[in-house]
Amino acid sequence: MSIYPYMIEIAQILILLAVAPAFAGWVKVLKCWSQGRGSAGLFQPYRDIRKLFSKDVVLAENASWIFRFTPYLVFGTAVLAGGIIPVLSVDLPLAATADVIVLVALFAIARFFTALAGLDIGTAFGGMGSSREMTIASLAEPAMLMAIFTMSLASKSTSLSHMAQVVISGQSVLRPSISFALLAFILIALAETGRIPVDNPATHLELTMIHEAMILEYSGRHLALIEWASMMKLFLFVMLGIAAFFPWGIAASGDLLAVPAAFFFMLLKLVFAGIGLVLIETGLAKMRLFRLTEFLGSAFLLATLGMLSYFILE
Amino acid sequence: MHLNIAAQINSFLAALILLTAFGMLVQRRMYGLIHLFAWQGLFLSISTAVVGFVAGKQHLYISSVLTLSLKVILLPYILHVLTQRLKIQREVETIVNVPLTMLIGIALVIFSYHLMAPVRELSTLVTRSTLAVGLATVLIGLLMMITRRHAVTQIIGFLAMENGLFFAATSATYGMPLVVELGVALDILIAAFIFGIFFFHIHTTFDSLDVDQMARLKEGD
Amino acid sequence: MLLILLGVPLIAAIVLAFVGDRRYAAEINILGSVANFAAGLALALEVYYHGPMLAGRQFFFVDAFNVYLAVLTSFVSMTTAVFSRRYMRREREHGRIGAIRMRFYHAMFQVFIFAMLLCLLTNNVGILWIAMELATLSTVLLVSLYRTPTAIEAAWKYFILCGVGIAQALFGTVLLYFAAEKVLGEGGDALLWTNLSRVSGQLEPTVLSLAFVFLMVGYGTKVGLVPLHNWLPDAHSEGPTPISAVLSGLLLNVALYALVRCKVLVDGSTGTHHAGNIMMGFGLLSILVAAFSLLRQKDIKRMFSYSSIEHMGIATFAFGLGGPIATFGGLLHMLVHSLAKSSIFFTVGHASQMHRTQDMDKIRGLFRGNPLVGWGMMLGVMAIVGMPPFGIFTSEFLILTATIKDAPLLTPFLLLGLAVAFAALFKRVQPMVSGEVPPNQKPMTVANLPVLLHMALVLFLGVYMPDFLNQWFHTAVELLK
Repeated sequence: MSIYPYMIEIAQILILLAVAPAFAGWVKVLKCWSQGRGSAGLFQPYRDIRKLFSKDVVLAENASWIFRFTPYLVFGTAVLAGGIIPVLSVDLPLAATADVIVLVALFAIARFFTALAGLDIGTAFGGMGSSREMTIASLAEPAMLMAIFTMSLASKSTSLSHMAQVVISGQSVLRPSISFALLAFILIALAETGRIPVDNPATHLELTMIHEAMILEYSGRHLALIEWASMMKLFLFVMLGIAAFFPWGIAASGDLLAVPAAFFFMLLKLVFAGIGLVLIETGLAKMRLFRLTEFLGSAFLLATLGMLSYFILE
Repeated sequence: MHLNIAAQINSFLAALILLTAFGMLVQRRMYGLIHLFAWQGLFLSISTAVVGFVAGKQHLYISSVLTLSLKVILLPYILHVLTQRLKIQREVETIVNVPLTMLIGIALVIFSYHLMAPVRELSTLVTRSTLAVGLATVLIGLLMMITRRHAVTQIIGFLAMENGLFFAATSATYGMPLVVELGVALDILIAAFIFGIFFFHIHTTFDSLDVDQMARLKEGD
Repeated sequence: MLLILLGVPLIAAIVLAFVGDRRYAAEINILGSVANFAAGLALALEVYYHGPMLAGRQFFFVDAFNVYLAVLTSFVSMTTAVFSRRYMRREREHGRIGAIRMRFYHAMFQVFIFAMLLCLLTNNVGILWIAMELATLSTVLLVSLYRTPTAIEAAWKYFILCGVGIAQALFGTVLLYFAAEKVLGEGGDALLWTNLSRVSGQLEPTVLSLAFVFLMVGYGTKVGLVPLHNWLPDAHSEGPTPISAVLSGLLLNVALYALVRCKVLVDGSTGTHHAGNIMMGFGLLSILVAAFSLLRQKDIKRMFSYSSIEHMGIATFAFGLGGPIATFGGLLHMLVHSLAKSSIFFTVGHASQMHRTQDMDKIRGLFRGNPLVGWGMMLGVMAIVGMPPFGIFTSEFLILTATIKDAPLLTPFLLLGLAVAFAALFKRVQPMVSGEVPPNQKPMTVANLPVLLHMALVLFLGVYMPDFLNQWFHTAVELLK
């Protein structure tokens, strides 16, 4: 029983915790740079989180246990999800039992509880955010599952490690089904992580908030945990995309020496992912809410097309 | 094994053609439609050239260049000029809402795959799997003509149908004989001029290109 | 000979494009058509004596089936040119048409004739398609010639619906080529009808059935079969009457010709009667729908367009039924319908010009006002509903006989359609021709010759079948087995 997979697992989680805020910072820096503003620096999110941890928690009088419990749950699911997605190596001890569907379920649990927490206090904005979030979720999840099915058709398994392995072993480069699934995944990722054009993460106007509205009442360490968790969610979605579609560089099974190289490749891909994300965010405008059905419908459509093209063209 | 790579490229281009067809189906903006149509023509001409390379048929290169000049450059340019000249409004309404249209589109893709299955069995060509995509593009073009209320989009749907037909011809039979293809291109060119003239007539008479305006000839009138 | 037949309309078109608005333009039109007809007759004689011929390196194929249609086309276009002279002159005087449009009209008229002849005489199934599309395109702008809202709408519908239909036909042609390629190898030879009919037994049945469906939808739209007929009443009623005459009389025939050629191939390949059954179904549906629609029409040209749909349905039904009697009847029907319908349109054109309207309620008293137009219309309608001794009675009788023999259960439907059409047309035409001359009717000189010639021919063919025609039809029937 080798302990190397477990070491890699722990290393991955540590990297997740450490690098996720840096990635969020990188995205912000790029955004500011592209908009011609001065940025607050790459490490600002760390400072934000540290500041929040040192502050007091202010709770409403009628907050129930859900409100207090949710930040820990959200943080926990994010960490757990980090254990499933192959970042450094495909050799993960959890890979056998936990596959992409479990991943979707983990994110769903987090979202469910966040929505409940938004409703918990009884403020108007919280409820509004929760209902919007659930609308998006109800449309995005089928699309996400369809995209995942398409990817799993090619590798005949839903385990992410296995999928990554199949693509690394280089069976084909230009498969239409995977390209469609990639496009669909990008759209869904934008919806799930709450970026433009679905939701503006930097908005301060409550009427335009979706994710922010749900966590409006949080403060102190609760807010720190939730903020950290949402940065981790962004990081995880990017890593999910990289693992499924661009997994070259991830160490193959049992190849321990390739792990540092994998770390380096991971950073490189993150840089490019950040650039891509900022291009999308600055290039598009936030969509009106009722257009979201079309947006997510297109994602579903692309995923279905990917699945169909697998059968038709391959 | 460059046959395999060429087949992969061809499948990929087929997927892109289908994607642009769907894109045109859901696109609301006029310029977006025209650009998507140009992209579709581009993918089509590249695909024809690839098939020509694989099959060793020179006349497909000529078809490819013809498609390029006609469908990527000339027709979008004419449409562009018309849109500007007639000050056509930028957005087009649909009769059926967009998600439903997309679902119908997917159903059409499945239907055309099912329909083309026997032909696919019989074909020995590298490109046989793309025949269903050709028919699907034709049907999606038809859907586009039905669900839009604007004369320009009806024409673009018609031209998308022609694209699908051309693609189907290339994938089923490595292209029709050159004389036939030239004739078809000539017909399309004439059709393009005719509809250009038409738009001016419609615009002057009805002051809009909304096809709903043209509903006077009914039964029993 | 063939070259003359095809070249004359082209040259005439080019000439008329430049001088089409002068006073002698109509005469040039007539001259071109006469030359055309003469060439057609010469070609027909050649085929009659020497049998089917291939020309132009197998590019053209002339046998009994298409040569008689070619002669018919050139004949009717000649008489229409004569009619058009008077008619368009009057239209010009009424101010409905300007100088440039006259040029356009004359040039496109000849291009249209050229396209139809190319369609009939070519051996290449692909070129057949191209010529059909060309014929459609050349008439699209003619339908909208008057530039009224309804005319533009009709032309747009015509353009779009026929365009969609023709695209389906192209897909069918592609599938046909696909099947042919396996047997005949690649290249233009695989599309030649002579080659295809030779090897039709070896062509893959599944592919050909699929191809036939698309071809049926495509060319069927051009024939005006229900439910693909929506463009026909509008297009035939909104254009200038000479165009309505040639569209109703000739283009429908050419489209049916294309359909029947494809049916022969499919029958040879599948060996079953499927193609024929499909054609019968569509034909019967067209007859019934058109007959019942006749009752509701108010516009005179629209009514007669529905009559065209009905008669094309009868012809399609006949060709679908198959067998020597029905095929003979179908061929004869195509011939006499073309003559009778164009004659009707001539009279209708003059009637509407006299009253400046196409509304049937406003046209009255034609017997008194202009006996030629009145009697021409009356006799034309009698011919078209199938009264003896006119030719259509003969063809319908033959078709009915064949139906009773081969598909007895369908006979009542056929009879129903014919009867309803009979009643509807008479009910509408009777008030138009009888009665007092209304105040809004203007007297005018009409083109006498075309109407008289056509009606005489229809009467003649009803009474006596000349030997060469008999021979022709029999040869064609053999070909279409």
